[in-house]
Amino acid sequence: MRKRFTLASLVAGISFMALSSAQAVEIEYWQYVFETRVNAMDQLISNFEAANPDITVKQVTFPYADYQTKVIASQAGGNGPDVLQFFYGWLDKFQQGGVLQPLDEAVFPTAEIESEFFPIVSAVKRDGAYYGLPTAVRSLALFYNKKLLDEAGVAPPTTLDELVDVAMQTTKTDGGGNITSEGLTLDFAGQDHHWWREVLVRQMGGEPYDANGNVSYATDAGLQALNFYTDLQTAHNVGLVGFMDEGQAAFKAGLAAMTVDGTFRLGAFNAITDFEWGVVELPANADGVRSNYASYFANGIGSGATDEKKAAAEKFLAYISSTEAMQVWLDVVGELPARRDAALTEANLADPIYAPFLKGLEYAHTTTFVDEAGQRQTAVDMVNRVLLENQDPQASLDEAAAAEQAMIDAAKK
Amino acid sequence: MAEMTANGYELAANRKPIRPGLILTWTVLLVGGLLMITPLLYMFSTSLKSAGQVYDLRLIPLAPSFDNYVKVLSDGRFMRWFLNSALVATTVTLSNVFFDSLVGYTLAKFEFRGRYFIFLAILSTLMIPTEMLVIPWYLMSSQLGWLDSYWGIMFPGMMTAFGTFLMKQFFETVPDDFLEAARIDGLNEFEIWWKVAMPLVMPAISALAIFTFLGNWTAFFWPLIVTTSKELYTLPVGLSSFAVEQSIQWELIMTGAALATIPTLLVFLVLQRFIVRGVMLAGLKG
Amino acid sequence: MAHLPDIEANGATRKGRTGFVLTQSGRKVLWAWSFLAVPILFYSWIRFYPTLSAFWISFTDWDLLRPANFVGLENYQKLFADPVFWKVFRNTFAYLIIGTPISLLLSFVIAYYLDKVTFLHSFLRALYFLPFLTTAAAMAWVWRWFYQPIPIGIINGILSNLHLPAQQFLRSPAQALPSIMVTGIWAGLGFQIIIFMAGLRAIPSTYYEAARIDGLGEWAILRKITLPLLKPTTVFLVVFSSIGFLRIFDQVYNMTSNDPGGPLNSTKPLVMMIYQTAFSSFDMGYAAAQTVVLFLILLVVSLGQLFVLRNR
Repeated sequence: MRKRFTLASLVAGISFMALSSAQAVEIEYWQYVFETRVNAMDQLISNFEAANPDITVKQVTFPYADYQTKVIASQAGGNGPDVLQFFYGWLDKFQQGGVLQPLDEAVFPTAEIESEFFPIVSAVKRDGAYYGLPTAVRSLALFYNKKLLDEAGVAPPTTLDELVDVAMQTTKTDGGGNITSEGLTLDFAGQDHHWWREVLVRQMGGEPYDANGNVSYATDAGLQALNFYTDLQTAHNVGLVGFMDEGQAAFKAGLAAMTVDGTFRLGAFNAITDFEWGVVELPANADGVRSNYASYFANGIGSGATDEKKAAAEKFLAYISSTEAMQVWLDVVGELPARRDAALTEANLADPIYAPFLKGLEYAHTTTFVDEAGQRQTAVDMVNRVLLENQDPQASLDEAAAAEQAMIDAAKK
Repeated sequence: MAEMTANGYELAANRKPIRPGLILTWTVLLVGGLLMITPLLYMFSTSLKSAGQVYDLRLIPLAPSFDNYVKVLSDGRFMRWFLNSALVATTVTLSNVFFDSLVGYTLAKFEFRGRYFIFLAILSTLMIPTEMLVIPWYLMSSQLGWLDSYWGIMFPGMMTAFGTFLMKQFFETVPDDFLEAARIDGLNEFEIWWKVAMPLVMPAISALAIFTFLGNWTAFFWPLIVTTSKELYTLPVGLSSFAVEQSIQWELIMTGAALATIPTLLVFLVLQRFIVRGVMLAGLKG
Repeated sequence: MAHLPDIEANGATRKGRTGFVLTQSGRKVLWAWSFLAVPILFYSWIRFYPTLSAFWISFTDWDLLRPANFVGLENYQKLFADPVFWKVFRNTFAYLIIGTPISLLLSFVIAYYLDKVTFLHSFLRALYFLPFLTTAAAMAWVWRWFYQPIPIGIINGILSNLHLPAQQFLRSPAQALPSIMVTGIWAGLGFQIIIFMAGLRAIPSTYYEAARIDGLGEWAILRKITLPLLKPTTVFLVVFSSIGFLRIFDQVYNMTSNDPGGPLNSTKPLVMMIYQTAFSSFDMGYAAAQTVVLFLILLVVSLGQLFVLRNR
């Protein structure tokens, strides 16, 4: 219903609409539900449809938890999307399942992609062919609640030691010792597992994975990183896993002073009216070493799109990975443009919110996931074993490393 | 309270009837009953609170408002899911009332070779859990294009062994003379079932209808699997996805949960006697 | 003479010998099969064929995307070697073994006393029955909210007001399963109470009168008359409630959506494992093997219960 009105207002004029609908190609675009992403895409679709009256794009969304299921199920049912968004870590699964078709070299030349996008785009390249293009890239930073930090009379931390210190000073507890407001959110299933894997492990002098993609964090560095994290709850009592159910919910409600989260959260946090918040780079270690985790969702073309649908899908993909689309995405979702020229503008680098994320991109790493959900679960279980079952951290770390390595081995077979 | 207990002791000592004991029983039952509906009360109470008040554990909201309902209902999703659930549950219920009665009647009132075998075969499906069938159903649905359609949600439940068994039990109590009389009046077998036998087992039909409707209204597992587009979600599946999307805004989640609960509660308040009797009947005979 | 054919009508008609018109019993048989035609098709196609199909899929490596290969018992070997399966197996039985007796005991006690109370009887009954009419998926979220840590969780809020230590509930590997089980007991209690009350009502009051004349006390009446006569109801509820607990899913799915199956799989029942294997990992063959195991568990448990209760 609403869709039809949007179209009507765009095309403006009944005869014109009849004309266009007679020749229209309709393509389906799929992504998961995330309010600001959906809004941004609505905006991009209306821009695109205005410029291409012969193409209509229908946006279909699913809850994140069901998204992969729905994509693969639709593939089995033969009614898949024409253009779809996918996490770079899902590519192997989707490619093997025949969900995606490689991008046509003639339409999207490899050399051009590689010179214009940030280098992490190569994570969606297989056997010389690209399977998608990102609109935006995401990196992590530390969000802080200005009101709570001011109340405690502390400045945003720049090192890990300061982070612990600030968190301790901003944590509030009730008479029974229960946390009523966290210093730092602890949500390992959220972004913290990335923070641990690609940032903390490296800052403690380790490498999460070796050159062959095998697990290499079961070392002293990994142990120190794990201890640093679990100590936040057990030794320093600055946060509680499960507090307010999700870290972002706690921060949003003004019940957490700091949270590690990504660019994609900017849109949601922009809706906060009760307090001001700011962003700083993820804290460095004592030697000044910093790291970050970058990732992205790419848009690819579904294997079911052929002929005129494929041509329409290519046009749409080209538009949603254009500089113009990236600006819309940055404004609405807050994710950083995947093209260098669109990202590294003077305005962005001077922006107090974007600058920490852009700086993070310079020293960011991506994790080559074989099974993102499964690998995340092994990390979540690792922390749970220590926090909930008091398992020896070294044993828990070894167990996690073995479980994750088994997944990597299984995927290589 | 203390006075009542003292009084009760005295009366018991006098070997009078156990009335004070009854008062105690009644009070305990009332407290237990109120505990039972506490989740419902808090659900409704929170749905009338603003985001800031959620953390306030008061049962009666300070400034109750229907803002959350307006917010949740404004985009029409809930209405759609509500209608989907109503459509699915009604269709499946009608189908069960028709087919389960027809089969139950046939097995109760007709003599033919193979009757016992058919009865046992149908009854044996009670032992097969739905979970075992979902994978083949899913495969079947994807091949036949039933995924993500109303028919896809409904087809597994169009007939049930439970309903057939229940109806058979009841049709067996219908005297043969009634049916024979109708036969002499020249009604055909279908008419005899529909016009004569069915009205005689109305209590059983209502019990079957209540159970089938409620079961399908609250069904979660199969609709979760078979639907992919939001427009086809049933209320429970819609609510679940809605709750995840709200990224833990409890007042909105409670409003959604309340919206899913209100219809069955209203129906119950109107038809309490009827429903309780139906459940008793189904439980005893089933 | 004129009367005879009418009598014969029950057996054969006068035209019976022509072969084209059936006897009345023959006609009835035809009616019966025509009534059963659609249902037979339905049960064969939607119940029996899929059952066989599930067994067959469990011997393959089918994953939705590639053609299935026969792999023999590989899925079963993998399942029995999987520590997660044994954890899930334990959880599934924990729901059953703790949930069923508690809910039956509670519902019997409530029904027993509710039956004696007349003042506002239907109001009280309604209070207990209402939860049965709710949607498990919806109420799971209400309970999830109840179990939250301070400052938003209702139960922890109450504990804190009473100066008792806060509990982790869904975040604790030890408490998560009981926390979810409580919601299952809560939702099913109303139904069991109603059925028990129906059973109690069905016991003829003359039995009680005779017992009172014989001078039996309330406790003796309960033990010697009420409980034995209530056995069919009890057996029904034991089996019904056990099947419900063995198949628990809606609550677990909705209450642990951010760490599916609870911390360290502490709440994951078999149906949840089936759902994840089939519809998150698309390992259909492996999932089918799990469904076969579920089927066998249900079969053994319900037949076992019927056998034990029948012989006592």
